[in-house]
Amino acid sequence: MRLELVKRKERSASMAVMSPLVAVGLTALAAAIIFAISGVNPLVGLYEFFIDPLTERWSLEATIAKATPLILIGCGLAVCYLSNNWNIGAEGQFVVGALFGSALPVLFPSFENALTLPLMLIFGAVGGALWALIPAVLKTRFNTNEILTSLMLVYVASLLLDYLVRGPWRDPDGFNFPESRIFSDAATLPDVFGGLMSLATPITIVIAIVLAIVLAKTLKGFEIRVMGESPRAGSFAGFSAKKLTIFSFALAGALAGLAGTMEVSAALNQLLPSISPGYGFTAIIVAFLGRLNPIGIIIAGFVLALSYIGGEGVQSGLGVSNEIASVIQGLLLFFVLACDTLILYRVRLVTRKVSATTGEPSHV
Amino acid sequence: MFEAILLTVITAATPLLIAAIGELVVERSGVLNLGVEGMMIMGAVVGFAVANQTGSGALGVVGAILAGMAMSALFGFLVLFLVANQVATGLALTILGIGLSGMIGEAFIGVPGLKIPELYIPVLSDIPFIGPVFFQQDALVYLSFALVGLVAYGLFRTRMGLVLRAVGDNHGSAHALGFSVIKVRFLAVLFGGACAGLAGAYMSLAYTPQWVENMTAGRGWIALALVVFASWLPFRVIIGAYLFGAVGVLNLHAQAIELDIPSQFLSSLPYLATIVVLVLISANRRLTLVNTPACLGKPFVPDR
Repeated sequence: MRLELVKRKERSASMAVMSPLVAVGLTALAAAIIFAISGVNPLVGLYEFFIDPLTERWSLEATIAKATPLILIGCGLAVCYLSNNWNIGAEGQFVVGALFGSALPVLFPSFENALTLPLMLIFGAVGGALWALIPAVLKTRFNTNEILTSLMLVYVASLLLDYLVRGPWRDPDGFNFPESRIFSDAATLPDVFGGLMSLATPITIVIAIVLAIVLAKTLKGFEIRVMGESPRAGSFAGFSAKKLTIFSFALAGALAGLAGTMEVSAALNQLLPSISPGYGFTAIIVAFLGRLNPIGIIIAGFVLALSYIGGEGVQSGLGVSNEIASVIQGLLLFFVLACDTLILYRVRLVTRKVSATTGEPSHV
Repeated sequence: MFEAILLTVITAATPLLIAAIGELVVERSGVLNLGVEGMMIMGAVVGFAVANQTGSGALGVVGAILAGMAMSALFGFLVLFLVANQVATGLALTILGIGLSGMIGEAFIGVPGLKIPELYIPVLSDIPFIGPVFFQQDALVYLSFALVGLVAYGLFRTRMGLVLRAVGDNHGSAHALGFSVIKVRFLAVLFGGACAGLAGAYMSLAYTPQWVENMTAGRGWIALALVVFASWLPFRVIIGAYLFGAVGVLNLHAQAIELDIPSQFLSSLPYLATIVVLVLISANRRLTLVNTPACLGKPFVPDR
């Protein structure tokens, strides 16, 4: 008796919708097992982790605030992955974007006017894009593997942030704490709905919707999808793989950099030695769970943000390590990838020898 | 002074060497496992935990190897049997490994560790300078060199190695000749997992005998780059590992002689060096194309 994969004649549309749902269900099951091993009633654990954050206004707002950078970064990564460019360094692009965006309020704190915020956001996007262009140019120019270079730059970016915050950018009035000065009101992204969410959330949603339209309805979107699925066919249509590599990395870097700037401007209000709980890596999961589709990514970003808030919840409420959040995130990506197999293949249970001539199994 | 530097280079290079030689075998079979970092960190935490609970470094090493293999089996199941995307699955393995190790390791933070004892080779270890540097190391250092020799011999001098390389270079033909592509690849993936787990054990039982969250700090990724650096040839991995080991300990020694360079800059050197080396190697197309397994990263579904 064994399992066999049979290629479907075409992608299964129903499975494309079902697979993320099945993956989330399987992850919940795995999470229940982990809770049981940790000595917590699985049902209580699951409730605290997945449901409780949704029951109160403040935790719902906190979840949306956490989802915001994940969605923005995930949208950029989706463009990269759709076009077969493996940018896994969004964490570094997020950090460098935050550094560029913070340069204005940190170095010129007296520059306070209506231009401060727009300039910060532009600087942030430019910084992230420049950082992302390093692996892109190395790939197009020297054929260097972008997976490894983009990841190496994450470490370099975090060390750069650490150096600046402890060295030249440290708050002169900050009693030697490794922190930058606190941003002025002019450099702070305003709150919306009077709560934990800032203007970053509506900006992100608008960008995701625009990107969804670009991907679905424009020539550029077509180019991105064709070059990912069949670069050879794309080249006959006159599309350049190299230009698209540059474009997708620059876009992903710009969005990650923008997310980084909005995070320090709104949520943190200053630079710290560490400004991200791994948003750049979690966004990879968001992109895949969202089926590399910006609208799907909005939903997926919310689900993954829930895991951060849920992780904090089970730590304070049930005494379970909040590392369980990253375990659940990793498992989720595994299940998403495994379930995606069902889109392209049927799984067949073969109990007896398959007839070689007809290819028909004697029992399904 | 020079002797001390050499000793730290050896301990810094050994985990890179072990992890890279394992990944080399995996990639020779045509599979790209980007989860080395995740398997390595799991090896580090399980190795530490088992050694701590049993009081035996040897059992710790065995536990680490098994942990690495368990992680790689998960990867192998997904990419080989479910034909999942190798890049994304490898990333998932790393994310999962970092999370899981943090959860397991929480109880061991700050707990004093166990160091694997050094093995003094009789007579040879008494030679001045050469003795202390080369013949007073722990067993895993010797094992790392033995592994490279074994892998080189196995890959290029045995039938098994020929089959493995055939599977990596042309899985269609290998399948047509009656070899089980999936089985060969799965075994290679398990071997890579065992090596990554062992490399992790070296981190937490020899390099710095303690558990620190995220203690592998990207070494699994550097090991992946080393395989490219070595252009998939086993003996070149030694050169790469020792080169990167040396860059990695610069930080340590620069602080000792009070160089006025920010420590963060020195810490970033291994990562920057990796990028530079990758660019130099990949810019040379002749060098990379000859030995790159032709089916590296390509999915295979047997047509029955």
